[in-house]
Amino acid sequence: MAKWAIAIHGGAGVDPNLPEQRQEEAKRLLSRCLQIGVDTLKARQSAVDVVELVVRELESDPMFNSGRGSALTAKGTVEMEASIMDGRQRRCGAVSGLTTVKNPVSLARLVMDRSPHSYLAFAGAEEFAREQGVETVDNSYFITEENIGMLKLAKEANTILFDYRIPLPGADTCSASVGSLVPDTSLQMNGLPISIYSPETVGCVVVDSTGNCAAATSTGGLMNKKSGRIGDSPLIGSGTYACDLCAISCTGEGEAIIRSTLARDVAAVMEYKGLNLQEAVDFVVKERLDEGQAGLIAVSRNGEVACKFNSNGMFRGCATEDGYMEVGIWE
Amino acid sequence: MGWAIALHGGAGDIPVDLPTDKRAPREATLRRCLDLGVAALKAGRSPLDVVELVARELENCPYFNAGRGSVLTTNGTVEMEASIMDGTSKGCGCVSGLTTVVNPISLARVVMEKTPHIYLAFDGAEAFAREQGLETRDQSYFITEQNIERLKQAKEANRVQIDYTQPQPIKEQAIPRSEGDSQIGTVGCVAVDRNGNLASATSTGGLVNKMVGRIGDTPVIGAGTYANTICAVSATGKGESIIRNTIARDVAALMEYKGLSLKDAANQVIANAPKGTVGLVAVTDKGDVAMPFNTTGMFRACAVEDGHSEIAIW
Repeated sequence: MAKWAIAIHGGAGVDPNLPEQRQEEAKRLLSRCLQIGVDTLKARQSAVDVVELVVRELESDPMFNSGRGSALTAKGTVEMEASIMDGRQRRCGAVSGLTTVKNPVSLARLVMDRSPHSYLAFAGAEEFAREQGVETVDNSYFITEENIGMLKLAKEANTILFDYRIPLPGADTCSASVGSLVPDTSLQMNGLPISIYSPETVGCVVVDSTGNCAAATSTGGLMNKKSGRIGDSPLIGSGTYACDLCAISCTGEGEAIIRSTLARDVAAVMEYKGLNLQEAVDFVVKERLDEGQAGLIAVSRNGEVACKFNSNGMFRGCATEDGYMEVGIWE
Repeated sequence: MGWAIALHGGAGDIPVDLPTDKRAPREATLRRCLDLGVAALKAGRSPLDVVELVARELENCPYFNAGRGSVLTTNGTVEMEASIMDGTSKGCGCVSGLTTVVNPISLARVVMEKTPHIYLAFDGAEAFAREQGLETRDQSYFITEQNIERLKQAKEANRVQIDYTQPQPIKEQAIPRSEGDSQIGTVGCVAVDRNGNLASATSTGGLVNKMVGRIGDTPVIGAGTYANTICAVSATGKGESIIRNTIARDVAALMEYKGLSLKDAANQVIANAPKGTVGLVAVTDKGDVAMPFNTTGMFRACAVEDGHSEIAIW
């Protein structure tokens, strides 16, 4: 009998000035979701069921950037995406551009289980949701006051930090003149100051008591993104991956994760270089991200769990059958 | 170390007795695209420019499943997708759900070069295309008689097909697993210049009778398209299979992590996918070329600086 293990995340890249109260709330949410995962694993549920259940829980809570509490597009709306992968046979499902589906990860699961395809998006995905009878709500359900405020700040910041790939002349003076709006231009993610936007994508990876692995990732995406923008979370091999060896869920700068096919690479170095889980995770985060900032959680079929990030913190939690259980934010 | 280029017009169940009137125009297009790509490489154009211009040419040809000539969704509409990747910078651009953009691959490139994003889709992508002044045409421009007929057949058989079907006895299934379901789809091009810089581009209309909103492997980096400093890969076939097997990334990963040659890596990746579902073209920084497939055939062409060139179907 294999040993089960579970890891969850609520995003890599955390504002170092995050108020204490907020940190406590985040840790409570992570603990609660982790416990739900642990209980279902003890009840011998399959890995793919557990990851879906846990991510649903994270989506339903407005704290992180998925489902309710998702970041807003430039138009002020929510467009959500998610993917799920079952390590047995590497079946997968993904969705993008959801605007009314209460639990994107569950729709991704239905794409995997009940459609001839792997990935559905926008109007087609919404139509499929209705055909399948999943719970849908008005787009406003997902929008929080906090994110409306953040969108406004992001728009203001973007007029200053127009393109993060192009260093602005006098960037130092820029931060001085903007004052509290951009307190630390060096701590950015995805081109925005971390005080305004941190990824807060959510995810879960699990190996169950039969040794099967599964992964799921869900997000509202980048604050102030163009409508129609797709990130790494729904892309198999980038934000999510699972095979018979392991399961991975990533978070952080979407571009960096896609270019490095981060999730797939963890499994590939295990498969092709014979690295163990921790070695694989260390290697990939250290060597594959170039200038990008990201984090990931991973489990192996042997009941191991690993988390790694090169960003400033990552909301996460892990538990194994041995009784180990921990949530954390910082290094 | 010289330049090299390989391109494809889709892998699948291409009947060996393909009539001349269907075979000739496709071979002519492959030849024309190869010549264009070779001329551009000789002229010192970057691999990124080369793969884009070849993919554009393939998109403009109505006989291949990309741009004009794209297969139809279940609603009888066209939804095109594409991706492009620059091996040197690992920059990438992807688009999906395009309905009026004449050259999806060019929009993918603009996404890569002019936005902080990698992937734009559907209405947002169409709006961006207009902002950027890319050429757009009414949907009818993309739709061909052949594809209207294919869709009709697919609906009658109640199945989702990849493309280029042979007339088949009617079977009741929604999932494309029956024998003879042609697995072609997609066009693509990979190229390396004399300095070892690599690039890859892939473009498609997707699956015949696909659900509206269905995205395949073509715009998924690591699945249909991949390029780094070691090799560039463009895949074609059954999208769902290519995604699960992360085909394009795996060729590079086997070379990188297991030290396999391009030939061995490409063959292994193809062999590990279900028979009849995938094909790919790939080149390395050293100018090696591979074009394996596990389908009946794959429309393909390649050329290397030392003079060898090839155009083939089976």
